[in-house]
Amino acid sequence: MTDALDMQGNATRELVSFAIGEQDFCMDIMLVREIRGWTNVTMLPHAPAHILGVINLRGAVVPIVDLAARLGLEPITPTERHVIIIAVLGDQTVGFLVSAVSDIIGISPSEIQSPPRATSENAADFIEGVIADERRMLRILNIASVLPRTRVVEEA
Amino acid sequence: MSSLDDIKQTFFLECEELLEALNDGLADIEAAIPDDTFDTETINAVFRTVHSIKGGAASFGLEPIVRFSHCFETVLDLMRSGKVRPDTTNVRVLHRAADHLADLVAASRSDTPLDAAAGDALLAQLNALAGHAPQVAAPVVPIPDVTSAGPDDGDLAFLPLAIPFDFDPAGAGEPIPRTFRIEMTCSRELFANGHDPVHLFRELAALGDLTVEADLSALPDFDALDPLVCLLSWRLELLSEASEEDLREIFEFVEGLAQVRIEASSGAQDATGSQDAVEAPHELPPPPVATFDADPAARPPAPETSEADAPSTRREAKAAPGRAPKSTVRVDLDLVDSLINIVGELVINQSVLSQSLSDANVAHRSEIGGSLDEYKNLALQIQECVMSLRAQSVKQLFQRMARIVRETSEIAGKSVAFETDGEDTEIDKTVIERLIEPLTHILRNAIDHGLEAPDRRRAAGKTPTGTVRLSAGHRSGRVVIEVSDDGSGINRPKVQAIAVKKGLIAPDLQLSDNEIDRLLFLPGFSTADSVTDLSGRGVGMDVVRSEIQKLGGRVGIFSHPGKGTTFSISLPLTLAVLDGMVVDVAGQTMVVPITSVVETIRPDLSDLHMIGATSQVIKVRDALVPIVDLGMIFSYRDEPVDRARMVILLVETEQSERWGLAVDRIIDQRQVVIKSLEGNYGHVDGVAAATILGDGKIALIIDPEETARMADSGSAVASLMSAAGG
Repeated sequence: MTDALDMQGNATRELVSFAIGEQDFCMDIMLVREIRGWTNVTMLPHAPAHILGVINLRGAVVPIVDLAARLGLEPITPTERHVIIIAVLGDQTVGFLVSAVSDIIGISPSEIQSPPRATSENAADFIEGVIADERRMLRILNIASVLPRTRVVEEA
Repeated sequence: MSSLDDIKQTFFLECEELLEALNDGLADIEAAIPDDTFDTETINAVFRTVHSIKGGAASFGLEPIVRFSHCFETVLDLMRSGKVRPDTTNVRVLHRAADHLADLVAASRSDTPLDAAAGDALLAQLNALAGHAPQVAAPVVPIPDVTSAGPDDGDLAFLPLAIPFDFDPAGAGEPIPRTFRIEMTCSRELFANGHDPVHLFRELAALGDLTVEADLSALPDFDALDPLVCLLSWRLELLSEASEEDLREIFEFVEGLAQVRIEASSGAQDATGSQDAVEAPHELPPPPVATFDADPAARPPAPETSEADAPSTRREAKAAPGRAPKSTVRVDLDLVDSLINIVGELVINQSVLSQSLSDANVAHRSEIGGSLDEYKNLALQIQECVMSLRAQSVKQLFQRMARIVRETSEIAGKSVAFETDGEDTEIDKTVIERLIEPLTHILRNAIDHGLEAPDRRRAAGKTPTGTVRLSAGHRSGRVVIEVSDDGSGINRPKVQAIAVKKGLIAPDLQLSDNEIDRLLFLPGFSTADSVTDLSGRGVGMDVVRSEIQKLGGRVGIFSHPGKGTTFSISLPLTLAVLDGMVVDVAGQTMVVPITSVVETIRPDLSDLHMIGATSQVIKVRDALVPIVDLGMIFSYRDEPVDRARMVILLVETEQSERWGLAVDRIIDQRQVVIKSLEGNYGHVDGVAAATILGDGKIALIIDPEETARMADSGSAVASLMSAAGG
């Protein structure tokens, strides 16, 4: 996923930053379709723990991923104050449950560092880079790695 | 017949699209000339469009189009196989040919003769192009003389170039109120099927002045009367401007359950002989106008001529070419989809509004409450209309296919009995439209190659008349359309030999029967020994497969030597509509397809028996049926549902096994739109798809077949565990 960074060249990248529990994350704003409040989901049987269920997004069935649980953090118990970020990657639309959305930031590629190798293999897979300043550290989420796996296309 | 006109108009609409695709394709070829980068798929696509126009035109006996497009596609075929090079000069000829083809189509549509000279010159050019190739094979198989069809075969007898009839001015004027005499005799089961003739009469009364007279003669004494059995018959008189078709449409609801006889007599003074007493035997398939419910808004005004018989419609078409034949609009599918979604939101928004009104203690009788009720009705009406834009029964498609079968059998010289099943199956409108071409190909192949000639059938101990069967239905969460013939089956050695000869497979390849059958789907494969107007260019089956795949479906072949071949098209439910039973499973709302539910049972505790610690069976009459607790199988709860309160849905699988699905309660029964779960999430075991209920919540649609399989393997585990424990 590093080539995604290279492709950006020198242009400023706009990122949406959000909190999951105590940690700050961000994702490319181009991936974000909308941000909405928590609504009750329809549970999916036999789903992994981080799949909370599905919601109706204007006629589309959209799965909701508890990002905290997906990243191995303490799962979020959703309340009305929690937020769902609807992201679109390719043909797939997914909602991510996060604690709160903070702001939109412009970042030049030079400010983005590769994820530190010190982290455990598992967590590093979800991060495509980090941005650190005096106040905080932002982890750039690799959306593709946290999407639910869709059906393998059947071929006759 | 109006059905024929409808189908023909559809053909012309398709021609528009095909011609557009043809021009696009030619432009692509032209663009590729300078750097010599020809995409064979483009040439293939161009070839297919011309081929499709030819095929359609042949069905309607539009000989000028057929003759021209045959020459046209011969050149394209040679180009496809590399025998004619597409250079600038050649492509220019092709462009001109495409233009001329468009003219021919337009001429056929408006029934105006076209100057033959231009066509002849182009034909000569095309033939010259084809002549460059080593061999020219363009035998034009004569179009069968469609006028020779039997007089009872109204559809077949249609001939677009017929001499214009004199138009009866009486028929063209203002609608004339006529008196219809209707006799209706109901079968005993009418009430049991949930019908009430009163509703029919109300609808009739809305069309004009209605008098109803009930015939009570069949009624027994009051003591012996069974109120659930309908023994009444009625005589009705209706004075109305409506057409007979409108009337029949009303009676369509009781089709098969009631004998309906409609006699029309004109109230006008200048009634002609042909306007007298047109009997409408109800067993005949009603005209498609009546079944084409999918777009009520687009339906043409009912023909105002007093006769609903074939000649009148034909006469109309001839005499009034200026009138718009049928005003339909082709709308972008995405637009319809977003409309459906927006309307869904509207309905949800409405329920939110009424909820907040009642929360705010606004009296229901107040002005705002009344307006909201109106709003609710309007929203529901819009939703109904919008939903019906998409779903449509396959009846018209099947009727169109029946025509294809008739004509193909005539050309092939084979006698064919055509059977259909599941005409009421509703499929997405676009899917129906896009099934026309693949089904046409499959049916023509079934007749042309599948069925044997009558003498060979006799020799094989079969009836000389072959049977081709077209069926549709919902199965395991998919729509399955099958075309089967009782012919000789696939000649596998021959198929393999041809594939080897055409260089499609290696000669020494070992293939299973099924793999050999699937060779038919390879591009460029054709077993036809001769090129005919109808099939055998090798475009058939690969187009079928790619078309079906584009719809997200699969095609399967099942062939038994000597017994016949079945083509099975399985389409996803994504856009289809399904009749579902809405149930409560441990607090979650789920939908069970009604087609698989045999009956619902509120079980008597004495009929329930435990087998081992976890398995439960219910005694249904004399059979023991295993119970699947849906709440447990979907892990919504750990404890089985309360036995005293549960409801059992008895379902039947494809293998005719019966299972009882235990749910907490039945909430509702309704049509639901199927939404795919797989696009954004993936497959969930036991779940066919999802749907969105009126309150905006998503409910999962259960796949009873898969659920039963899950329970089956689950109980195996359970029994192993109990065996280990004991």
